[in-house]
Amino acid sequence: MTKAGLIETVAKRVDGLTKKQVEIIVNVIFDSIKNALAEGDKVEIRDFGNFRLRSRKQRLARNPKTGALVNVPPKRVPHFKVGRELRLMVNRQGN
Amino acid sequence: MTKADLVTVIYERVGLSKKEATEIVEALFECIKNTLAEGESLKISGFGTFHVRKKGIRKGRNPKSGAEIQITPRKVVTFKPSMQFRTVAEKADS
Repeated sequence: MTKAGLIETVAKRVDGLTKKQVEIIVNVIFDSIKNALAEGDKVEIRDFGNFRLRSRKQRLARNPKTGALVNVPPKRVPHFKVGRELRLMVNRQGN
Repeated sequence: MTKADLVTVIYERVGLSKKEATEIVEALFECIKNTLAEGESLKISGFGTFHVRKKGIRKGRNPKSGAEIQITPRKVVTFKPSMQFRTVAEKADS
């Protein structure tokens, strides 16, 4: 499923909002999560999961094409840890 | 940031009531969970992709007793952030 499908599913579930309004809100939600992490914050959605940053050390890597050594600076990468309820949901019998 | 903060952002930026904002935040995460529970992946452009991966049976060890045990096959949810998300997050302060 893609974002468009998700928006449609959400729009069916809530009363009194157009698909366009749901689209705006869904975008605000994902942007807020992204911005929080970009500022070094973490996002905790109970029963769903947590978004945090993980740190990657500086390392030396190779350009696969030329074989030249390149320095990869330290960086932070977004990480999602699945919450208990979602973890159990995907493993429920019959799926 | 928690669900309550997301509700506040929607309340302030979109002008819904707190009640309506709560309802849609809950609905969104419920829909995402249901999609993944069906085993279906979910791709959010500009954000990332949630995948459901199947893990086979494997051997593990009880770290306390050292006893060898079978780890049953299971499904796990993984998230791969989009390039755009990685780019905005990469220089965040610790």
